[in-house]
Amino acid sequence: MKFPKNYEVRLSGSGGQGLILAGIILARAAVLDGHNVTQTQSYGPESRGGYSRADVIISDQDIYFPEAINFNCLLALTQEACDKYLFDLRDSGVLIIDTTYVKNLALAAENTYELPFTDITVNELGNPITTNIVSLSFLVKVTGIVSDEALETSIRESVRPAFVEINMKAMKLGFKLAKEYKI
Amino acid sequence: MSKTESKTKKTTKKAAVKPSAKAEVKAKAKAEETKTQPESKIAELQQDRERKTVIMQGNEAVSYGALDAGVDFFAGYPITPSTEIAEILAEELPKRGGVYIQMEDEIASICAITGASLTGAKALTATSGPGFSLMQEGIGFAKITETPCVVVNVQRLGPSTGMPTSPAQGDIMQSRWGSHGDSPAIVLYPDSVKECYELTIRAVNLSEKYRTCVVLLLDEVLGHMRESVTLPDMGNVRIIKRIKPTVPPHWYKHYDENQKYLSPLASYGEGYRFHVTGLTHDQHGFPTNKNNEAGDMMARLRKKISYNIRDLVQIESYMMDDADIAIFAAGIVARSAKAAIAMARYEGIKVGLLRPLTIWPFPDVAVRKMLLDVDTVIVPELNQGQMINEIRRLTKDKSESDVIALQKVNGELISPAEILQKIKEAI
Repeated sequence: MKFPKNYEVRLSGSGGQGLILAGIILARAAVLDGHNVTQTQSYGPESRGGYSRADVIISDQDIYFPEAINFNCLLALTQEACDKYLFDLRDSGVLIIDTTYVKNLALAAENTYELPFTDITVNELGNPITTNIVSLSFLVKVTGIVSDEALETSIRESVRPAFVEINMKAMKLGFKLAKEYKI
Repeated sequence: MSKTESKTKKTTKKAAVKPSAKAEVKAKAKAEETKTQPESKIAELQQDRERKTVIMQGNEAVSYGALDAGVDFFAGYPITPSTEIAEILAEELPKRGGVYIQMEDEIASICAITGASLTGAKALTATSGPGFSLMQEGIGFAKITETPCVVVNVQRLGPSTGMPTSPAQGDIMQSRWGSHGDSPAIVLYPDSVKECYELTIRAVNLSEKYRTCVVLLLDEVLGHMRESVTLPDMGNVRIIKRIKPTVPPHWYKHYDENQKYLSPLASYGEGYRFHVTGLTHDQHGFPTNKNNEAGDMMARLRKKISYNIRDLVQIESYMMDDADIAIFAAGIVARSAKAAIAMARYEGIKVGLLRPLTIWPFPDVAVRKMLLDVDTVIVPELNQGQMINEIRRLTKDKSESDVIALQKVNGELISPAEILQKIKEAI
């Protein structure tokens, strides 16, 4: 995929949901695909709870300002994050929300994908810990911003060896959800 | 201290015996270690999976820069947002025969790196605002004793503990004037992850060359930011080591006046006798109350910086050739400025950027030229007015120039749109 301009992604939710790791994985995958990338984050002093977000900007040109301002894609895993950032989504931007936590949508965006990612992850994999990978893989499949292979390599390199297997399962689950999703 | 000394000695010995086959038995275990461990961290990254472009964090780049510059001693007290530097060096330094010590606080940290440097180590510490305040006394000691060392300060917002995970540029003046007693400073300020690596190496080089404490200022966003980095070729990276004395020990002066202000530096344990004190001292390092010797010492501290401005000052001039409006910004704010310039140029407004990579000594010559060339200067910064006063100090040469402030201290970055708005107001 060629990027004429910056492609801005914001992954948002609360601390402990693994969003910064998801941001790093997405950024690393984009580097593997040969793009320029910046990845920044903002989070509170708590290690769990509180707000947390990771921004990834992918471009084929030099990236100056490193934070996402006007997102091409927004992933919101909590109601608070969704309310806070929804209005900075571009007109044709992709919105992905986790309906396990996001119950009200203030604005009906054109490309909205709604799935209870946390519930699905708990049901399929027995633990909510990989919700970040499931939703990131879903995002990658829907938007096509990085290749599937790059994402897989990136996950393998970014998580501890002991957790590669469960994260691979999570990635495949995310891809499957995207394939089966009907708007 | 003696531990550090013996370690540094060991490493030099190891390097010396490496080529000879005889000594291989003796140094077998150590040699094996070095075989599996490539000399440079960057070379190691390139060999690892054969990649030339990698994703790297600002703090990571500082750590790798330190390793590649030959830093073999780190003493520090980990603090957000600089913690990763301590984490990485704690893992990497022991592998390379270096020393990592976690100290009880930042006062001890700066003292430890100054002491280690006097035994011949290349020493570095990393901290953030609260720790940087505690280090000021020790930084002054390193400056008056002319001991090379590097302090990395990843700035956070606010006085005291402030906001540990929010960016600000509040330490620009502190890095210059934080330590009492009117001493000059060398302070470097990168704006990208790749520059973090390059300027860390430069900071270590300058500290060794000019025998002083060099400060590397980073923005919180840059310290934590990850970016795609094309790794440099280690063949192009130049490493400077301190000049060693060539005179017999009884001729040695620790502060030699006759060497164009860059005097050789002996280490403790090499047979040279010298005294180190924070009191004003003579050429051998012993305390003095003589006014001429005190004057000489203060002049030497000043001259070694002011006589070498051209070597010390680095600036980036971006789209300044035809600019009517100039933006003067350092660090992460310069990136907002570049984005704003792209937007303004698209609308046909001629804007450029002057960015200091060395903020102290201040790039007076370049700023004077900028003030002559443009009608308006916009100074965006993440504080309540620090660099702008330096610009105003220089506007006396040409008074018509408008200097416009853009300041933000709420923990957010200045966005390109905010700078663009100022540009439009200035037309």
